[in-house]
This record gives sequence, C-alpha cells and structure tokens, in this order.
Amino acid sequence: MALEFSPETWRRFEELVGRYPKKEAALIPVLSMAQKEFGHLRLQAMEYVAKIIELPAARVYSVVSFYTMLNMKPVGKYHIQVCRTLPCALMGEERMTARLKKKLGIQVGETTSDGNFTLTEVECLASCGTGPMMQVNEDYYENLTEAKVDDVLESLK
Amino acid sequence: MEKILLRNIDIQDSHTLQVYESRGGYRALRKALKEMTPERVTEEVKASGLRGRGGAGFPTGMKWSFVPKDSLKPKYLICNADESEPGTFKDRLLIEKDPHAMVEGVILASYAIQFHTAFIYIRGELAFGAKVLERAIAEAYQAGYLGKNISGSGYDLELILHRGAGAYICGEETGLLSSLEGGRGWPKVKPPFPATHGLFGCPTIVNNVETLAVVPWIIDQGAARYAAIGTEKSKGTKLFCVSGHIRNPGVYEVEMGYPFRQFLEEDCGGVPGGKKLKGVIPGGASMPVLRADEIEGVRMDYESMQAAGTLLGSGGVIVMDDSTCMVKTAWNIARFFAHESCGQCSPCREGCHWMEKIFARIDNGSGEKADLDLILNISGNIIGRTICPFGDAAAMPAAAFIKKYRDEFEEHIRQKRCVLT
Repeated sequence: MALEFSPETWRRFEELVGRYPKKEAALIPVLSMAQKEFGHLRLQAMEYVAKIIELPAARVYSVVSFYTMLNMKPVGKYHIQVCRTLPCALMGEERMTARLKKKLGIQVGETTSDGNFTLTEVECLASCGTGPMMQVNEDYYENLTEAKVDDVLESLK
Repeated sequence: MEKILLRNIDIQDSHTLQVYESRGGYRALRKALKEMTPERVTEEVKASGLRGRGGAGFPTGMKWSFVPKDSLKPKYLICNADESEPGTFKDRLLIEKDPHAMVEGVILASYAIQFHTAFIYIRGELAFGAKVLERAIAEAYQAGYLGKNISGSGYDLELILHRGAGAYICGEETGLLSSLEGGRGWPKVKPPFPATHGLFGCPTIVNNVETLAVVPWIIDQGAARYAAIGTEKSKGTKLFCVSGHIRNPGVYEVEMGYPFRQFLEEDCGGVPGGKKLKGVIPGGASMPVLRADEIEGVRMDYESMQAAGTLLGSGGVIVMDDSTCMVKTAWNIARFFAHESCGQCSPCREGCHWMEKIFARIDNGSGEKADLDLILNISGNIIGRTICPFGDAAAMPAAAFIKKYRDEFEEHIRQKRCVLT
C-alpha cells in the first residue's frame, strides 16, 4: 500500500509549509514528521515526501543521508544515544557504553532482537557540564554512573 | 558582579511570560517601539560594543548595519540555536530557562533592521528546549509581542521555530542557511556575505542565542552601562561553560577580562581529587589547547586569549587533569571533526579522516615517529584552504596538541602504549 500521511499529520504539514517563504525550506521538519509517522525513512517514505514537497527524490535522499537524526533504517522503540565527545569521554563515557553493551547484549550500532533498544554513540549533545550523558529518544539522562545506567534501562522495560 | 544573562535563570518558572514580565521583561521592546527609531536601536547596540557570542566575536551592531536598506527582497533574521561545539552548553541553558529573553532579543533585532520574518534554528536534539521555546513563542504571540501590529506600533513580525536534524556544521552560519533552504548543511563561499545574499539569496542576519538574549538588557539599561563592563575591546559579560576535570562544572557569567587562573581555581573550585591541571581548552574543541603553565596572566577576553595563542571561541572551557592521556584526547577531537566534516572541500574531507586515523594508530601503539610531522603537515594543508572555518577548527587543535605535548606523544609512540597508565 502506498504511504500517506494521516489526515491529522496532513493538516499539520499544510500549516507548517504555509509558514515558510518557500515550500522546500520546510523539507527537514517535514522529513522529521514523516519519520515519526512511518517509523523510519525508507525509500517509499522519501519518495512520498519528495512528491508532496515538490522536489526531486534525489534531493530528498541527499538530505536524509546527511543528517544523523534522519534514519533510513529502523531503530528500536528506545534509541539510546551515548555522547562520546571529549568532555563526556573525560568523565567516563567508555564505562557507560561498556555497561550498556553488556546489559543489552549488543554492540554499538545494533538493535536488540526484540526490537526494543538501539545503541548508538553520538557526538556532543550540549550537556558537557553534566557528563557522562545519554539521550533516550527525546530525553536526556545526565551525570551517569553505571548504577544509574542500570536504573534507566530498568525503567524502560 | 551584576548578572545580566543569567539574571532570571534561578527564579522559579523563569521560562514563563508571567515571570519574565514581572522581572522587567519586554520593557525594552515597548520602549523601543514607542520611543526609538530602528536606527536608534542599532546605534545603541553598536555603542554597547556587543560582539557576536557564537565564536567569531564580530561587532553585532555593525553586522546589522550591513543590510542594504534599499533592497526590495524579503529579509530574514535568524537566531542560531544550533549549539553543538564540544564543551559548549550555554545556549541550551538560556533556551530552557530564559526563552523570552531570546524571543525579545529576536524582536528587537528584527525591528532594528526592519525585518518582518525571523527564524530560530534550534538543533534537532534539543527536544525539550524546542518545547519550551514553542510555548514561549505562543505566549509572545498571544500577548501581542509577535504577529501583526506589535503592541499597537504598526510593526509586524512572524517568528518561526525551525528544528534541525543533527549536523554540527549547521552551526556555521552559511551551513545553517543551506539547511534552512531544505538542503544538506553545506557552507557557502563568502563573499557575498549573508547580510546581502543570505537565505534564498535575500539579505539575512544570523546571530547567536547569547548575543540576542543580551539585547533587551542593553536597550533597557542603555549602551553606556553595558560598555562600562569588561575591557576596552571586549565589552560586557560572557557565558563560559566549564566541563571535564573540574570541581564545579556548569555555566558561569563572567565579566570580560577576568583572570583565567582565578576563574578556574576559585570560581570553579579547581581540579578535584588532589590532581593537577594538565591543560585546558578555553573556547570549545575548535580552539587550541593551553598547557597549565600557559594560563598564567591570561584573561577571559578576545584579545588576551588571542595573545596566548588560542581563541575565546564559544566559551566552552574543557579542563584536563594530569591523568589525561593527550594522545587519546587529540584522537577524540580528531574523530569528532572527521565525523562532522560536511565533505564539500577535499582538504577537510580527506584531511580530517587522515588525522583521525593517524591519531588512532598512535593511540593503539602502532604509530611511528614520523606520524607527528605527518599530522602537522596535513593540518598545515587544511588551514586556510576550505570554504568555511571548519577546516581551521579541525586543523588548529590537532597541531596544538602535538606541539604542546610532543614529549608525551613521542614517548607514547616509543613505548607503544599510554605512558600515564
């Protein structure tokens, strides 16, 4: 079946696009919207966005492949992103990542077999004074310790 | 010292319109719309000596005055809230705790330049900040500070909150423009500058969050009061973000020209755990590191930092104690830049990855003595040869780590392991 926005998302799409000086300026927020609606941006999703925003599919693909938050592959229900940049690294990020790998039984870049958790290492999330830290979906967890990592995972089960 | 930028953040519900107004918020806007011509607002900001807080330190009022007055094209103001420089988390604090100061700053700047459309480009990861801002913008619309005929003045302004999708380079102003045009965040060649050819080729001003957030105070209290703070060339206060091996990490508001050593040892409580300071990056990961012995006499302003061979940058202060392996540190930063290079210019696209690989092999014990000069050579071939400042930002710190900690690098290579553990 062809992909399509729900009527509610379509309404938000039209409202959003109407605020920008040119339709194409809304491409990134529209892709974020599509990702929320369709789970991830597979080829059909990109083609659908290209059609409704009136841009070549190749342009949409070039944009999706540039930004780290736009996913072409499925991610788990909980996307755990650990900051690996210097301030967090100085505060023990490696130990947190090791703990997550052990607890989840996966490597960085993998998803658990039940589809619940994806583990990623990312660059600076502007939370350097409270490192080590990680982002799970949209929430920040700061001043991490191994015990706190365990608690967070437990709360997500 | 009187707090200017952080004056509201400790108050409960500081993010709401009610609290912001109760503390004098939007007074500057009402005053400007009623009593000041747009030119007068620009003149006031010029007289304050305010310089851009995103990292480059360009005089803000002067930037505004570069917009051609006779252009018939639409014009845009963009608040750069794409804070991603490693070690920097000041804008996030302002966004989450004092969003109305930003919004009022955006309106004042737009009025000064007579723009009728403004954007706040916030990095995609800051989901909570985006929610806070969304609410603040809705409140400002409802109170008549945004939209048509603001406070009965006849001046109109639309403000759009735009969320990015994860790319460090979008914090560079022309990369941001490409992103906001719905493309990859590829920087553009300057000149022409955004003030004449910016978003969709129209006159555009891009200002950092901290820069705009201080504008209401300047208009309310007057340029002279602001200019009385700081040094001759670096006026006012600046936010510094302190992270790494430091007793009291966090965001500090500091008068420009404050002694750096005193700041680290007294204000921030020094290096904890009985360890000693080994080095400090004063302005975000793009800036050259200073050895502990180099901070003596350095002051926290643009000129003093430059004289010390580094830059004030975004104010991201990353502190490293004497247990820190500088090989691993240099590799970590090189990996960041290799990951974030947008790929447009060959020296940066290739060079950043080469530097990362070489630092990695030194770190894991398979480096050779010639590798150090090889990195210096690559670094030297990136600097000044790219469209945007990212190339320099990647190349300068790499070279600085080798030059300043050369003995440690050589020993690490010779022993094929970290010499500190």
